[in-house]
Formats: sequence, C-alpha cells, structure tokens
Amino acid sequence: MKHLLIAAGLLSATTAIAADKPQLTVYTYDSFVSDWGPGPQVKEAFEATCDCELNLVGVEDGAALLSRVRLEGENSDADVVLGLDTNLIASARETGLFAPNSVSAGFALPIEWTDDTFTPYDWGYFAFVHKADATAPANFRELADSDTKIIIQDPRSSTPGLGLLMWVKAAYGDEAPEIWAGLSDNIVTVTKGWSEAYGLFLEGESDMVLSYTTSPAYHLIAEDDGSKAASAFDEGNYLQVEVAAKLAATDQAELADQFLQFMVSDAFQQIIPTTNWMYPAVTPAEGLPKGFDTLTVPAKSLLFSPDEAAAVRDQALAEWQNALSQ
Amino acid sequence: MLKLDDCVIENGNFTLNADIQIEVGNSIAIVGPSGAGKSTLLETIAGFRDLKKGQIFWSGQQISNLHPGKRPMAMLFQDGNLFPHLTAEQNIALGLRPNGRLSEDEDAQVQSALGRVSLHGMGARKPSELSGGQQSRVALARVLVQRRELLLLDEPFAALGPALKAEMLDLVADLVAETQTTLLMVSHDPQDARRIADQTVLVADETVHAPVQTAELFDNPPPSLRAYLG
Amino acid sequence: MAERAQPVSPWPGIGAAALVAALILGTLAAVALRAETSGGFSPADWAALRFTLTQATLSALFSVVLAVPVARALARRRFPGRRALIALLGAPFILPVIVAILGLLQVFGRSGWISDILGIFGLPPIRIYGLHGVVLAHVFFNLPLATRLVLQAWQEIPAERFRLAAQLGCNGMAMFRLIEMPMLKRTLPGVLAVIFAICLTSFAVALTLGGGPRATTIELAIYQAFTYDFDLGRAALLSALQLALTAATALVALKFSRGDGFGTGLDRALRRWDGGAPTIDVFWIVAAAVFLLLPLASVVISGAAGLFDMPAIVFRAALISVLVAAASTAVLLLLALPMATAVASGRYGLVELSGILGLAASPLVIGTGLFILIRPLANPTTLALPVTALVNAAMALPFALRILVPAARDITARHGRLALSLDMTKWTFFTRILLPRMRPQIRFAAGLGTALSMGDLGVIALFADPQIATLPLQIYRLMGAYQMQAAAGGALLLLLLSMGAFWLLDRGGRWHAEA
Repeated sequence: MKHLLIAAGLLSATTAIAADKPQLTVYTYDSFVSDWGPGPQVKEAFEATCDCELNLVGVEDGAALLSRVRLEGENSDADVVLGLDTNLIASARETGLFAPNSVSAGFALPIEWTDDTFTPYDWGYFAFVHKADATAPANFRELADSDTKIIIQDPRSSTPGLGLLMWVKAAYGDEAPEIWAGLSDNIVTVTKGWSEAYGLFLEGESDMVLSYTTSPAYHLIAEDDGSKAASAFDEGNYLQVEVAAKLAATDQAELADQFLQFMVSDAFQQIIPTTNWMYPAVTPAEGLPKGFDTLTVPAKSLLFSPDEAAAVRDQALAEWQNALSQ
Repeated sequence: MLKLDDCVIENGNFTLNADIQIEVGNSIAIVGPSGAGKSTLLETIAGFRDLKKGQIFWSGQQISNLHPGKRPMAMLFQDGNLFPHLTAEQNIALGLRPNGRLSEDEDAQVQSALGRVSLHGMGARKPSELSGGQQSRVALARVLVQRRELLLLDEPFAALGPALKAEMLDLVADLVAETQTTLLMVSHDPQDARRIADQTVLVADETVHAPVQTAELFDNPPPSLRAYLG
Repeated sequence: MAERAQPVSPWPGIGAAALVAALILGTLAAVALRAETSGGFSPADWAALRFTLTQATLSALFSVVLAVPVARALARRRFPGRRALIALLGAPFILPVIVAILGLLQVFGRSGWISDILGIFGLPPIRIYGLHGVVLAHVFFNLPLATRLVLQAWQEIPAERFRLAAQLGCNGMAMFRLIEMPMLKRTLPGVLAVIFAICLTSFAVALTLGGGPRATTIELAIYQAFTYDFDLGRAALLSALQLALTAATALVALKFSRGDGFGTGLDRALRRWDGGAPTIDVFWIVAAAVFLLLPLASVVISGAAGLFDMPAIVFRAALISVLVAAASTAVLLLLALPMATAVASGRYGLVELSGILGLAASPLVIGTGLFILIRPLANPTTLALPVTALVNAAMALPFALRILVPAARDITARHGRLALSLDMTKWTFFTRILLPRMRPQIRFAAGLGTALSMGDLGVIALFADPQIATLPLQIYRLMGAYQMQAAAGGALLLLLLSMGAFWLLDRGGRWHAEA
C-alpha cells in the first residue's frame, strides 16, 4: 500500500509542480485525454501561449461527462467542459450551469452555428463503414431489404448509437418504427460502445458498422490501408457536432474564454483531424491532412436542433426498443 | 478433590445428573453403555459444555465458569490431539507455552518429555510421519509438560492395538503416579479399567454414579452395567 | 458463559463485514440522497429485471452443472500438464470484458473459427447472438471459477474418506453417493449464488451477445439512468433491487450450504482408487479445455503481433496495474481472513452476506457514491488508485470468502477444542493454526484476487486521470483510438501478467496436484 501511494505520488507529481500558475480544468471524454487522442498535444500547445496549466480530466464519454458535471453542480472543479454533442446540448443548457462566451470564428460546418454558449470544435457525419470493395446500400430502405449485416451501438450507452436513433428519426419521422422493424434482421448485435462495435466489425462479424465518414481516414493515414470506405445515404447522413462550453461558476472565466478562443484557432484545430479523426470546426490555414480528400462526403446532411433532439429523444428510443425487442 | 455439586448436564435429548466427589490423586475409569453420556461428562468437566444446573469445584475453587484453557486439567480426545502441520516438538511445546517462544529451559523440558515417552530424536517429525502409537506418545508428552492436576482421557487410544493400548495405559499410569495427577478416563473395556483405575464411575440411566472400587464393581456389576457387559 | 467458548474471535471479522457493508450501502445511500427526482421503475425496467433473472439463473445453472464433471475428472486424474491446465482455467475470468468478447466471437462468431469450418462443408454460420449466446459467454467466464471452487471442495475431503470408501469396495457411482454427493450439496449452493450474482450485474457481455435491446439487464438500466437520463434516484433504486436479489439468493444458498464437515484427516496426500475407465473423465477434461482455451488462444494469436508494437505508456500502465492489484490483494486478505474466521466461529450469516454483496453492487453506483462522498474531503482524482484498489478488493471478497470459509470452518471444528484446552489465545490460534493450515486456500484467494483486480476496469474509469491509467483502461483507450492491434497486444500482456501473478501466488495450483 505504501509503495502504491509513493508510486501514485510520483506519477501525479507532474501536476503538482506548477501550482503557482493559474490552473484551467477542462473536463472531457476519456478518448480525448488518452495518449492517442488530441489531449497531450492540445495541452502543450495551449500552455505554450497561456502561462497557465491546463488540466485535462477524462470522463468516459459525452453523456457520462454531462452526468459528472451535473453531479458536481455549482461547485464543479471544471472551468470548461469539452465533448458534448448536439444531442446533449438541450439538457446541458437546462442545468443552467453553463455561461455564454464571446468566441468568434469562421466555422466550416455544413450548417450555420449561432449558439453563443456551446462552441463547436469538430464535427463529422455518422455513416456505415464497410469494406471498400463491397457494394453498400444507398439508403436505409435498401439496407433493410438487403441481407447486409450491420453492428450498431446502443443509444442508451453510446453517442453514435444515439446519433443513429436521431438519424433515422430525422430522415423518416413517423416512419422510423417501420424502418427499424425492417432493419432488425440486418442487425447482428448492439454493443455498449463504439470500440466493441468497431472491433467486432474488424474481426469480420458484420459487413458494416456504425461509425463516421472519417473512419476510413484513420486506416488510410495511420495504417496506409485503403480497404475501408464509408457510405453516403441518399436520405442524408446525420451530423455530429462536438462542442465545448464554459461553466458559469468558473473562477477562471478569463482563462476559460481564452481556451475556447484557442480551441477554434489553427493551433488546436490542426491537431483534431489525425487524433480525434473528425473534421475540424474551423479549417486550418494549411487545409485538411492528405487523405481526408478521399473521404465520402454525403450530399445531404441531417441534424436536429438541440431542442428538437430533446423533444424526440424519448419517443425515438421507445420506438427503437420496441422494434428491436420483437 | 473434584466435586460435581448437584450438576445437571443437557445434551440434545438427554440429561445427565451428577453429584459426586473424586479424591485427589485417584485414577478413575468412567464406564457405561454407549450413548449414556461418558464423553459428555468429560467435555463438561473440561469446559466444552455448559452446565444446566449445579457447579464444579476443584480443591474448593469453583471452576465451572472458567474458560477451558484456564481449568486445571489437560484432556486427550478420541482424535485430533495433534496439529498436523506442526512437528512433534512444536506440538509438545504448545503444552508449555501455547502463545509464545520457549526459553532454553523450557526447550529442555520438551526434550526431556520426548525422552520420557521414548521418542528421542523424533522431535522434528510431523504427525503424518509417526505411527499411531508414536502420535499417542507425543500427545502424552505434551500432557506431561502441561503439568495440570487433572488428566481427562476420552478414549485416545481406542484406535490402537491391544498390546499398544496396554503399553500406553501403563505409560499413563506411570506418568500420573510420577506427577500425582488425578486421572479420569472414559473406557469401554473392563480390562483397561482394571489395569490402571483404582475406582470406577458408572454412567447409566441418566446418572453419574459415585465412584466405587473397580474390582468390586466388575466382580459384582449392578443390572445396568451387567446388561452392557453382556 | 452464554456462548460456547470459541478458539477465535469473531469481532475483527464483524468489523470488516461492517466496513464492507458500509462501503456498499453507504455509496448507494450517497447516490440516493443526491437524487433530485425519480420516476420510479418503468415497464422497460421490469423487462430488464425479467431478462436479468432469466440469464443469470441459466448461466449459473449451466456453469455449475458443467463444472461438476469437469472438477471430478480433474480430481480423479493425474496427467502431464494438469497443473498448467488448472491454472489456465482461471484466465477467462480475469480478462477485460471487451477482450473476452472479441476472443469468444473469434471462435463462436459469424465469421469465427467454427463458422469457418462449417462454411467448408457449405453450412451456414452458427447463430451466436441471443439468450443462448449470453449464457455461453457467461459459462465461458464462470465455468472455470465454478470448476476451481468445486475442485477445491473435492480436495478438502480428507484422503481417509476416500480410502475408507475404496476399502469398502465403492465404485465410481457409490463413491459419488457416499462422499461426493454430500460435499456437493454443501458446496454447490454457494457457488451457484456467487455466479448468479456475477451474472446479475452483467452488462456489456449480455448486450453484445444478446444481440440487442431485448438483452437489457438491470446494470444497463442503471447505466442508462445515470448517463442517459441522469436520474440518480432510479439508478439507486435499481441498484438496491440488484442488491436485494443477491442478498435473497445468498441467504437461500447459505441455508443450504450448512452441514457437517468431513472431520479430521491427517494431511495424507490424496489418492483415489475409483479411477475406473477414464473415457468419461477424458471427455470432460478435453471438452472443457477446448471450450475455454480456444478463445484464449485467439486472444494470444491476435495479441502476439501487437505485443512488440505497443507504446511505452502501456508498460507503465501495466506497472500501475500490478501495484493496484498488489494493494488490492492486501486489502482483500485483511478483510477476508477475519471475516472467514468469524463465519467459521459460529452463525455469522450476516458476515457472509455482506461479503457477497460486493458482487451485486453496481460498480457505477459504488464509484459514483464514493465520488460523492470523497469530493467534499479531497480531490477524487488523486485518490483514483487507492479507491480502485479498495473497490476491487470488495468485488473479489465474495470469491475469497467462498474459498476461505469452508477451510476455516473445518479447521476450527477440527482443532478448536484442543486449542481451547491448551489455553491458546485467539491470536495464537489465528496465526499459528488457522493461517498455516489455510495456506493453500489463502494463496488461491490471493491469486484470484490479484488476477481479478488486474483485469478489472473497475471504478478507475470514473476517476481517471490522464497521467494514471491502469492496463485495462489503456486497452480501452487504444481501442477507442482505432489501435486494435496494439490493444490486442495490451490484452495479451494483461493476460500474461494476471496469469503470472496467479501462478506465482497459487504456485500453479500446486496444492491441487499431488503433494
């Protein structure tokens, strides 16, 4: 036990050294802070400009992140929360824990962004990823009629899972239950999170997996492997926009604003494509990394506003559960 | 003097009444039909069972509320008298010092007890490496170093052959004589009783009868004993 | 003397049990008190309850029923590699869930090895997803544990009993009725209860193998209440339901597992004379080995390439995991040994019960509850490792108790009177008699505890600090970053470390081999 404490002390010593500098605490999801995520580079880049210390705290995923902030409430240690998406914005706003900021940027999103509290830092299209040499269905109806096998994530425990729920609802409205009923024999299984689903797909358990249009970029750029492709559906692909916001109760309001402004600058944005494997919210001056030009770009994008998303969420979930529990 | 004063012992569905006195230094056999309560009586005296009623005195001191280990007696059970993971020496040492290390002097006592039971040089063996007779000797050596005033034997030699059992009983007789220990011994065999017990207590009909001369009892047994002896 | 004198004191054990109960119920209360509103149970929750009970019951039954012939075969046969096989049996149990799922599906999946073989003959792939898949996965996880626990009980029958039975000319069936059946009656209820409780809290395995939302378990409903609905009241309510179910099962099991021990033995090496024709035993050993080792082989094969391809950070995570596991094992023994002693010294069913609760407690609720409780006092993130070690110990406690209690009970029954008559203090009896006599069980419990702690993602995910991550967490992070190959390497490293620790502590199940 003693050795353990010593080890823990040594490992956390790095955070203790610069105690005299102002500290900015940013809560985000776990994969952001991991050594393969944007976290380490973002920390280095921001600390080079701010004369402060940036503490990135990882919390499982976006939904768990919001729960953590709600759990801590008014006296949260966080100054900024980074990693919510449009499906979570309405309930995040409802908590009253977040404050507006004055960040301005020329967003390169497929939609217009006007929210002054939740600021986007990256985005992507949900899409089914498949082997590049396989023919993919062109829409959900065609998918349902085919015997293509897919693996999806559970909307109750996974951000992409919830995205798919919204996607079908946005594309088909009241016909969504029918679509789900048609898809039920295509769905091999439903996983807790993205990693399980993607892992199973790579093992060959399905023909397609719910992921992002940017997923093939990873295989292309990091593994020099062009064998994966994402399919654009002709009813449109649902968007995920990931946002960050300042907490109202922060004691580092200025630093938090500075971080949010940094977040939409080139220094941050150029890190995103090859670490978070998403499109940057603001295209960096030097453009997107090589390989991103090969990605499928859906002709049409779908996205509920945060309020619409909150309004349809529970009903969409019930329809999904009903159709797939038969 | 060991005195069981108006004692009532309950064990499941039978009770046992005991109101007897035993003189210091005597060797007493306890006989009686199977299931009459011989072991129960011994266990009660040793403190493993509570009295329903009455009191037990040793030399005028009330001992019936004492913890088993605080009573002035050593007991050998039908089995399990040695700890299998400890050597003969370690098992014997427990009789001197159950909770600590031995002094040099005490170590010498252990060695001498080993010698007294003719187990010289076998102190480092574990029980599984000893014969049944040798195991009994180790247990007796421990009793020897315990120096208790009373020795209770609940047929510890029942598993030994007749010759070996006789040998053990003779050893017990020698030891209790040397140390002026009072002996209470459960027995099934009149021969055993005659061999080392001057007096015998009959346990039958839910009663612990007062001790009588062993020879007299077996020469002229009461009806309950006669039925048992066959 | 109101109570019969006992050679050991139950109080430290009662204290330890109170501590564990406080941890589990206190964290639950913390979550419940923090709740703002609660909607109560929804119809979907009742469906989740039904499914949870069904799968847990089936999983426990199949695991235990299959474990009996496997354990019997292992108890009766001596063959080269037996020790290694028994040690390897521990492996599925300690794999991180996600790794085990991938390993299982590599064998049983739509494009798994079995389906590939079927494909050669023009047959369709096997359909693994569904209730049967959930049960299969849970049997994969728990059959080894059940086998080890039953094998241990077999091993605790004194050699003298088998000798007696052999002398009486008992054949296999008679031996079974005479000696083994009473032992099984005493052992199996406890094993059933433990596995039932483990399966009760299954989430990712049940969902993935179950093939969709019809395989929703209570644990998933708790997760949903926490993160999707942020309804802490419902999360606490569901967690309380899970605890109540486990407590009820445990009470029933404890009632049935009372009974007499096998009396004294003299530490003779176990030899069996009821060998007979080996066909059936060979069948069970081979079948169990194939079922359990194939998915492990797939973990090894996929990990071998990644093992040398891992960033240094993974090795640091491995070191942290080892440290956490060591601390966790120390805490585990400090809790389990007094508790086992207390249980052995009398009717302290509540002590045993509080030990089993650790299994049914939702890690999410314990983690969140601890977070709520610790936060006013200290920064939870800095306590991530000690908290993880503590929670891992509480989760492993039920296993440790199942291993330690029968032995403690027998030893106390066997040597208690002698110790009392020698005026041995309780402490001396504990240190000089109980501990040395229980050494094999303690080593087994410590090995299992270490391996479990090493493989468990535990609450670290809730408290994580980017600087301090355990190996399972790093494996998840690698997967989340598309680095499936490095993740597979990490999984293999974890497997090697856990098995290594288990092997060292349990000395390769040496006690199960001939002495």
